[in-house]
Amino acid sequence: MTLLLAAAGGDAPTAFIELGAVVLVLAVLCRLAGRVGMPAIPLYLLAGLVIGDGGFAAVDVSEEFIELAGEIGVLLLLFALGLEYSSTELRAGLRTGSRAGIVDAVGNFLPGFGAGLLLGWDATAAIVLGGVTWVSSSGIVAKVLSDLGRLGNRETPSVLSVLVIEDLAMAVYLPVVGALVADRSAGDTAVTVAVALVAVGAILALAMRGGDQLSAVLAPASNESLLLAVFGLTLLVGGLAEEVQVSSAIGAFLVGLALSGVVQERTTALIEPLRDLFAATFFLSFAFGVEASSLLEVLWIAILLGLVTAATKMVSGWVAAGSLGVAERGRIRAGTALIARGEFSIVIASLGVGLSDGRDLGAVAAAYVLVTAVLGPVASRFADRVPVHPRLRELARR
Amino acid sequence: MAEVTETQLPGVGVRYEFTTHDGARLGVLHHHGGRREVVVYDEDDPDRAASVLRLDSDDSRTLSELLGATQVTEAVRAMQQRIEGLTLEWIDVPARSSMVGRTIGDGELRSRTGASVVAVIRGESTEPAPGPDFAFAAGDVAVAVGTPEGLELLRVALRS
Repeated sequence: MTLLLAAAGGDAPTAFIELGAVVLVLAVLCRLAGRVGMPAIPLYLLAGLVIGDGGFAAVDVSEEFIELAGEIGVLLLLFALGLEYSSTELRAGLRTGSRAGIVDAVGNFLPGFGAGLLLGWDATAAIVLGGVTWVSSSGIVAKVLSDLGRLGNRETPSVLSVLVIEDLAMAVYLPVVGALVADRSAGDTAVTVAVALVAVGAILALAMRGGDQLSAVLAPASNESLLLAVFGLTLLVGGLAEEVQVSSAIGAFLVGLALSGVVQERTTALIEPLRDLFAATFFLSFAFGVEASSLLEVLWIAILLGLVTAATKMVSGWVAAGSLGVAERGRIRAGTALIARGEFSIVIASLGVGLSDGRDLGAVAAAYVLVTAVLGPVASRFADRVPVHPRLRELARR
Repeated sequence: MAEVTETQLPGVGVRYEFTTHDGARLGVLHHHGGRREVVVYDEDDPDRAASVLRLDSDDSRTLSELLGATQVTEAVRAMQQRIEGLTLEWIDVPARSSMVGRTIGDGELRSRTGASVVAVIRGESTEPAPGPDFAFAAGDVAVAVGTPEGLELLRVALRS
């Protein structure tokens, strides 16, 4: 409350009116997206473009509050993601999917990285764009698979294990990017990266080892106190992680990973509405920083990059599903399922918006997510209807 | 029994598959939240789940009963009738229940309802004869014995 007041400069009623109107717009958009069977993220981004700087209706009083709420949204997104996986699932994912994970990382990082260099950006901004094109949206992929009734399909475990590996790779990638963004001299950067990686390793070990104790301590709590404890813990660990140059998002991810058993299930149900609320404000506040005009300028780049990385994701899916002995149809379905980029790409891009090329980076990332988040679900829907070239069939049988 | 293969679906749950004697490939998906999906694989494209049946935990209990778990229920019913006036009941504890995280002693269940919780089924494991320190978690199924009125009171206490 005091925060809201501070952000509003004491003008609480105006802030309420602004926030209320903005959230209602998001509600309508979310409903609309559900109607046409599309993810809501692109619409949230568009709303942010229209409402934010350079848009039609500016929100001034509550902007700082929306920004902070957005940061909390990132933590909750990553926390909920960590919560989805148990340590046995992580190990199984790593074992079965590491080859496909490497193909996926190389094939989808390089197009973004190369595009950044071609645009004349510095190396750090290009590395950030590489991350943006690398990581599929776990949220959109899971929803598409579930909506199309494909969770039972034989290629689905391979799709999910690619996602697991991408998410785990983020635990290394995000701190490295954080260090690259923060420092300029090569020596300093190397030290910061090393410290960050050691810290991630330490937290990860702690999360895996101490997870059961943590869950046992939280188990008897009532729903109310469990929610408060988990929310507090996520912010606290996130903040501490940020202090030691590890990204706060990864801190939150590891907290989610640490919870197990009944506590994990209860927390999932409790945190979901909070996550949805704060994550929506995150997409909004990210789009606030992007000018609609600059987004239109880079739209062609985003479309081109989207098409190239749709093709590289098809390769990822082809290889991943192939390792399970799936035939060509299933391999194509796996590829199309992975095309959508979403929340993760925006989280990565938000790290780089402070760079000298940050404005362009933000615009490209937003446009890119708009393109792929629409392209992915549409391609998935038609994956079973495209004719398969006999050559491709032969290739799959080999 | 046919050979059942088990596949982990990270973030989703577990999938079990087997081939029926007719040669159809059948799969059951256990979602983390307790939902189930029954799928039959396409003959032309064996990687594709051709038809999907979505069941919540209540539906899957009904279906499994219809598929033959009835013999167990009948046995239990016969046992119940032997003890005149006493009934044995399964009561699930939903996530919204005020008893989640509270112990049997906290809720004063015995003195308030007259019915006794004789066991608690949690996931794959069972807690026989739980003491007053036993704390409920969402998704638990309490096995209780008592008069029909007492069990009704207990049901209200555990489910709201």
